Amino acid sequence: MLNVGKIEEGLVLDHIKAGKSMVIYKHLGLDKLEYPVAIIKNARSNAMGKKDILKVECDVDALNLDVIAFIDPDITVNIIRDGDIVEKKQLSMPRMVTNVIRCTNPRCISTIEQELPQVFYLADGRRKIYRCRYCDEKYTEKGSKSWY
Amino acid sequence: MRHIIKPDDFSVQELEDLFDLATDMERNPDKYAHVCEGKKLATCFYEPSTRTRLSTETAMLNLGGKIMGFSDAGSSSASKGESVSDTIRVISCFADIAAIRHPKEGAATVAAMHSTIPVINCGDGGHQHPTQTLTDLHTIRSLKGRLSNFTIGLCGDLKFGRTVHSLINALARYEGIRFIFISPPELRVPDYITEKLEEKGIRYEEYISLDDVMPRLDILYMTRVQRERFFNEEDYVRLKDFYILDTERMKKAKNDMFVLHPLPRVNEISVEVDRDPRAAYFRQVQYGMYVRMALIMTLLELHVD
Repeated sequence: MLNVGKIEEGLVLDHIKAGKSMVIYKHLGLDKLEYPVAIIKNARSNAMGKKDILKVECDVDALNLDVIAFIDPDITVNIIRDGDIVEKKQLSMPRMVTNVIRCTNPRCISTIEQELPQVFYLADGRRKIYRCRYCDEKYTEKGSKSWY
Repeated sequence: MRHIIKPDDFSVQELEDLFDLATDMERNPDKYAHVCEGKKLATCFYEPSTRTRLSTETAMLNLGGKIMGFSDAGSSSASKGESVSDTIRVISCFADIAAIRHPKEGAATVAAMHSTIPVINCGDGGHQHPTQTLTDLHTIRSLKGRLSNFTIGLCGDLKFGRTVHSLINALARYEGIRFIFISPPELRVPDYITEKLEEKGIRYEEYISLDDVMPRLDILYMTRVQRERFFNEEDYVRLKDFYILDTERMKKAKNDMFVLHPLPRVNEISVEVDRDPRAAYFRQVQYGMYVRMALIMTLLELHVD
């Protein structure tokens, strides 16, 4: 088993679906920030078989965790202070996600209007369906493009 | 300040009040002839329209107000690349209320976000067309005397037909509405509409053949297959004549069924049907003008004694 050292303050994102850690990494904007990050891919998991883990040494309030819930609300977020887990954060799907994904409907105003934020709203919490605020087009991971 | 971007921006009770006002305007036009004196309506039409623009402008003129605006994108700053948000900010400095039609879906939402005057969405691409919906609701209410407990068939282009989408959403708020969708497979109702119906437990049926369902309908809402919504001319040519309502088909319908159509008609309703007293699409135009009058007055928060 691969060992990665403890972090003193920050976040440990556990139970990420295997292969999804880089998606989370990009959506959290970690590629544009200076925080130390450890990405563990394909770690063994009793519950999931394989999983990814993301460790970020940072101010715990520095990141928008709603984005994580949008990608996968089953991810466990551990808040670390002084080297210990002080809180396991329960994520709920955000009502709105802004500038995380783009609308791919070629007829949507967001494809031509300058400086228009890309806003999606939670249309169906049970089925995890998000829709474009402007044209109501459904977000699908396959068809949509990431903001980043 | 209020806008109307989609039909459910108004509650069912507010719509009842609006339709009552429209009915009173029809019966007592003189009472409302000066209510908008000193007020200006800007019609910002980025794509061609005859009925909606003229109906909205006539509504304002009937209320004693003035009108201004543009009727295609070429004669506006949009041709110079101006954004919708900038255009509406400018229009807000001149007019008291704006009516906007734009080929892009969600354009009216963007306009409302930046406007300091009420915005009326007169159609945003294939998305929503609430003033047509208010027209349709007011027509049904006036003809049938109610907006509940009837079976409506919607026929034709149910995929790109924005009037259809808005009407379904609006009728879904009333009791006992049974929807029958009649379309070729390529032009079925989008899933975001049917998902909402399923969530609310509202029944709908989908058919390809119009003949199969004619006897069951209380309202038949016909639509045109719109050339401008197709990226591919071949698909348009293949689908444009899929449904044609003629006198033979009308024989299968109930005596008190009414045929509605948002117009313009191409050939999906034979002109011979026009003589049938159940053909209500030209009366629908008249109802539309009154409901737009009521809407303008309501959004401007004006009252008469």
